[in-house]
Order: sequence, then structure tokens, then C-alpha cells
Amino acid sequence: MAVQIKYFASLRDRLGRAGDRLEVVDGLTVAGVWATLWPDTPLPPNTLTAVNLDYADLAQLVADGDEVAFFPPVTGG
Amino acid sequence: MNIELRAAPFEPLVELARYQSGLDESQSGQYGATAILIGTMRDANDGATVSGLTLEHYPGMTERYLQRSVVSAFQQWPLLDVLLIHRVGALQPNDPMVLVAVWAAHRAAAFAGCRFLMEELKSNAPFWKREDTAAGPRWVEHNTPG
Repeated sequence: MAVQIKYFASLRDRLGRAGDRLEVVDGLTVAGVWATLWPDTPLPPNTLTAVNLDYADLAQLVADGDEVAFFPPVTGG
Repeated sequence: MNIELRAAPFEPLVELARYQSGLDESQSGQYGATAILIGTMRDANDGATVSGLTLEHYPGMTERYLQRSVVSAFQQWPLLDVLLIHRVGALQPNDPMVLVAVWAAHRAAAFAGCRFLMEELKSNAPFWKREDTAAGPRWVEHNTPG
């Protein structure tokens, strides 16, 4: 099992892909997901994060089967 | 209550009339105020002419967020009904982008509920605008303050 990662909008364009997959380790947080996948790329300021379709902060723990998303500030309406 | 994401152009006033006729049967005599906001795509933004716009969303999360926002509006004000339609996909200038209609017994709740839902979908629901300009496509970095 693993977590699925999704990127949206300008962040996806900047990273060059729409998602990733990562094996879970004990104590893995949202911030840890980013740091593992993008060790040379600091998380852009103002990036929003979600776990399982709800907003989550960077310290939230993630577990097997979770969906983690990273995206820029929203501009609906 | 009805919340929809639409991938194709829609006519807000036609949608409103259709929904209102259903409401007339179920809530006849109860509502005294209907507050409506229709958002339409403009042909210019941040100093550039905009020839088209693509609205991206996060399937699953966007619907869930809008649903929760409407539930929250019902908890904060005595509302009778809500209709919320938001476009996704490709839009042209002058295309309707969003319709929020709120029915209540009195105007204070109707105005407040409509304003709340508009701010939620502009500032918190996961949507992103990408504009087509003469210099190429660009992502909108922030919305205009309300």
C-alpha cells in the first residue's frame, strides 16, 4: 500500500506531472510526503494541501490508501 | 437545494426560472426574499485582454467543499433553499461562470447566505482559472477582493 499524490493547476505545470505514488513509512506527514518526493524543491509559499479531499495542514499524518494533494491558491467564481 | 458543476455553457436565468417553479410547489408562501449573484467571464484582467478561460477543479474535493459550504450557510442563517451552479472547463468572454441563488423569508438572511457562498467558492473551494492572453496562457494567481 501507498499514498497517492495529486498536483493541480500551476503547480502541476511547474512540476511537469499530475501525480505521484509513495510508500508509507511510520510518522509520515504531508510535509514529509513533499520532502521525500521533491528533496531539491522547497514547497512553494502559499501552497495548499489536502488529505482525502479535505484541507489538511503540513503536520497531518498520512496513512496507507490516503490521497494527498498539493495545489496553489484557489481562484474560483 | 441543488449544487452542480457544469462542463457546458448554461443560462442562469433559465436555470433560475426552472428551479423557482419547482420551489413554488414545495415552499409556496414561505419565502419573501431571493438573493441572486450571477458571475460572468470578463474580457480583460490584470491589464491584459483575455480571449478565453479554463476553469480547473479537483474532482471529488470541489463538490464536497461546496456541499459543506451550503450546509454551513443553512446552519448560520434561516434559509429556505439554495441553488448553486458553477462552470468548469473552457469558457468564452460573456459566458456565465457561476449562479448562486438563496431563498429566505427575509432579505437579511438571503443577502448574507448568498454573500457567504460566493466568498466560499471564490476564496476556498478548489477551482483554478487559466486565462488565454495574446502573450499565451497564464494562471490567475489571485481573485479580485470582493
